[in-house]
Amino acid sequence: MARISGVDLPKNKRGVIGLTYIFGIGATRSKEILSKCEIDESIKVKDWSDDNIKSIREAITDDYTVEGALRGEIQMNIKRLMDIGCYRGLRHRKGLPLRGQRTQTNARTRKGKRKTVANKKKATK
Amino acid sequence: MARSIKKGPYVYHRLLVKLTKAKASTNKRKAVIKTWSRASMIIPGMVGETIAVHNGKTFVPVFVTENMVGHKLGEFSPTRNFKGHAGNRKK
Repeated sequence: MARISGVDLPKNKRGVIGLTYIFGIGATRSKEILSKCEIDESIKVKDWSDDNIKSIREAITDDYTVEGALRGEIQMNIKRLMDIGCYRGLRHRKGLPLRGQRTQTNARTRKGKRKTVANKKKATK
Repeated sequence: MARSIKKGPYVYHRLLVKLTKAKASTNKRKAVIKTWSRASMIIPGMVGETIAVHNGKTFVPVFVTENMVGHKLGEFSPTRNFKGHAGNRKK
């Protein structure tokens, strides 16, 4: 059971893939970490030795913020934008896209599920 | 693309002049600096000043705090004012 920074890694996956299950580590960082620890990328997670796991753990805590700490950092950045009352902060508050995208249509990722307004389309003739 | 570091942050020249004048005059520190230059970056020298930034219609007073350094003045002076749809009375 390789448990690194509070996440159980999948046993039957290759090392590079396994590490990406940690929030804050993607393919690039995963490769960096393994090359730094001198572990082959193709070795499955279950075949890592205890020393391997230890060195990976150290490499991650030394260089990267991951999981809870990273989530906190992101929240803090958003909170800062909202507190100073700048445009991006206002958009965060309203749950609309920040970077000037159109909102008449689309923007569903930020706005969420469609909310139908009743009696909107009444033919006025 | 980001601005070249060599050039330093963009601040409208006239705004800088006004800023130094406001800093020099010690009477009450109440005078707000009016500007149309929304593209100017907020520099550490502006912290503590109130700058009235034009939004196309009126001047919106912006009190500059330390957190705002590095943002542009226009970010704090919204150009659109959406009051909600007609009949959207709930809450």
